[in-house]
Amino acid sequence: MAPKLEIENLNAWFNSKQVLKNISMKIEEKAVTAIIGPSGCGKTTFIRCLNRMHELVPGARVSGKVLFNGVDIYDNSIDPVLIRRKIGMVFQKPNPFPMMSIYDNVAVGLRLNGIRDKRIIDRIVRRSLELANLWDEVKDDLNKSGASLSGGQQQRLCIARALAIEPEVLLMDEPCSALDPIATTKIEALIRKLAESYTIIIVTHNMQQAARVSDFTAFLYLGELIEYGPTKQIFENPKNELTKRYITGKFG
Amino acid sequence: MNRYKLRIIKDQIMKILVYSALFIALIPLFSVLYEVILRGIFVINIDFFIKPTPSIGETGGGIANAIQGTIITIGLASLMGVPIGLMSGIFLSEYSETKLSLVIRFFNDVLSGIPSIIIGVFAYALIVRSIGFSVIASAFALSIIMIPIITRSSEEALKLVPMSIREAAIALGIPKWKIIITIVLNSAKKAIITGILLSLARIAGESAPVLVTMGYWRWWFTGLNKPVANLALNIFVFATSPFESWIALAWGSALVLILFILGISIAVRFFTRGKY
Repeated sequence: MAPKLEIENLNAWFNSKQVLKNISMKIEEKAVTAIIGPSGCGKTTFIRCLNRMHELVPGARVSGKVLFNGVDIYDNSIDPVLIRRKIGMVFQKPNPFPMMSIYDNVAVGLRLNGIRDKRIIDRIVRRSLELANLWDEVKDDLNKSGASLSGGQQQRLCIARALAIEPEVLLMDEPCSALDPIATTKIEALIRKLAESYTIIIVTHNMQQAARVSDFTAFLYLGELIEYGPTKQIFENPKNELTKRYITGKFG
Repeated sequence: MNRYKLRIIKDQIMKILVYSALFIALIPLFSVLYEVILRGIFVINIDFFIKPTPSIGETGGGIANAIQGTIITIGLASLMGVPIGLMSGIFLSEYSETKLSLVIRFFNDVLSGIPSIIIGVFAYALIVRSIGFSVIASAFALSIIMIPIITRSSEEALKLVPMSIREAAIALGIPKWKIIITIVLNSAKKAIITGILLSLARIAGESAPVLVTMGYWRWWFTGLNKPVANLALNIFVFATSPFESWIALAWGSALVLILFILGISIAVRFFTRGKY
């Protein structure tokens, strides 16, 4: 399999503080890659660099290359808006648009990207909600506000919203950290299902979760990539002493 | 125990002071309302709303032309002031990484503190001297009064839209201008409409800039380059006239103007209800 994303010498700063140091790694297509590490190690900054969201923060800066299907997304000729349509994102806290219905939450990305045909939108909304395992729960309430759903449902709505514009990569920033265990189980099952057709990168501070859902795991510490490999190997036979200490809960 | 009693007494004194201050503050408000309602209510009848200003010394007549004129003036002022104020608010909130926005914000605050008569004189110099006393000149002056109010309130309203919502939209690959006009404005619309309504209430009662740019006009609307009648000026002219029937009309006009502003305040309440 060819790598979907190739990250080469990626550095990131907030003003003068360097938060990512020379990270290089290859992300496999149609697999789940988990990013683990203690708080403040740069996990979130790392995935925000992959869809050019990091640079939106005042004072933020990036250097290095991120090749998406072989094309550098930081090239001057690349429009970040178009990159974000191909590399979707799900956030830590569920953030459905509060003034929109469930249907409109999913449809808004399509409409604002220029799709007008009602039948096409209907079909994609349904397909996205089904993919996100939410359709059966909301099919009779599509006109209700997205904010009326439970936390776990809201997060699946956000996943459906991200899927509607048919991205190739889905970035997930601790998608379960605001959810209860049952909602978390549902999202994890969903992530495994989505990995059949999407490339998924998930940030998590929950090591059991990384072990359960991911195919590959990367361990970040103080902005550096300490170890990266198949999840099984990272958890059962880590090569680096720091990794071993982190996954056995000695620090973090 | 003694200290405890002392504390209770202090607490009571404080309470009495606060309540009496509130009572004193409300006296002028209620006496004005009482007087205006008592004297205005008997003037108001159908004729009052459908007949124009009476000729000098004539009894009867109404304020229909002043209501028409006020609505036209406020409407024109809004056409000029709302888009500019709203756009400026969007600029300050959404595109404010530059030093320019600090300067603009400062001068916007200065503008909102300029006495309205000076804005009236400005409109006089700019418009009245070339096309004469006209509703367009008045609307221009009033729109300048509206702009800083709307700019400030829309900026504040837009800044309250949470970053998480903007990020959700950015991550969907939606261009910035589309995010602003659909998602951000949509989230802030209640607060923005409230700011616009408050600016309308403010200019509905303005008299000084209207006097300088339009003067007193007793007839119906005849064209944008001609004056129109105005409720606030009606009150002034009627109340200082020597005729009993005109003074009655002044009370009626005052009541209508107060009810109009009260109506706007109720609308503001309506739009802001259910907000956290």
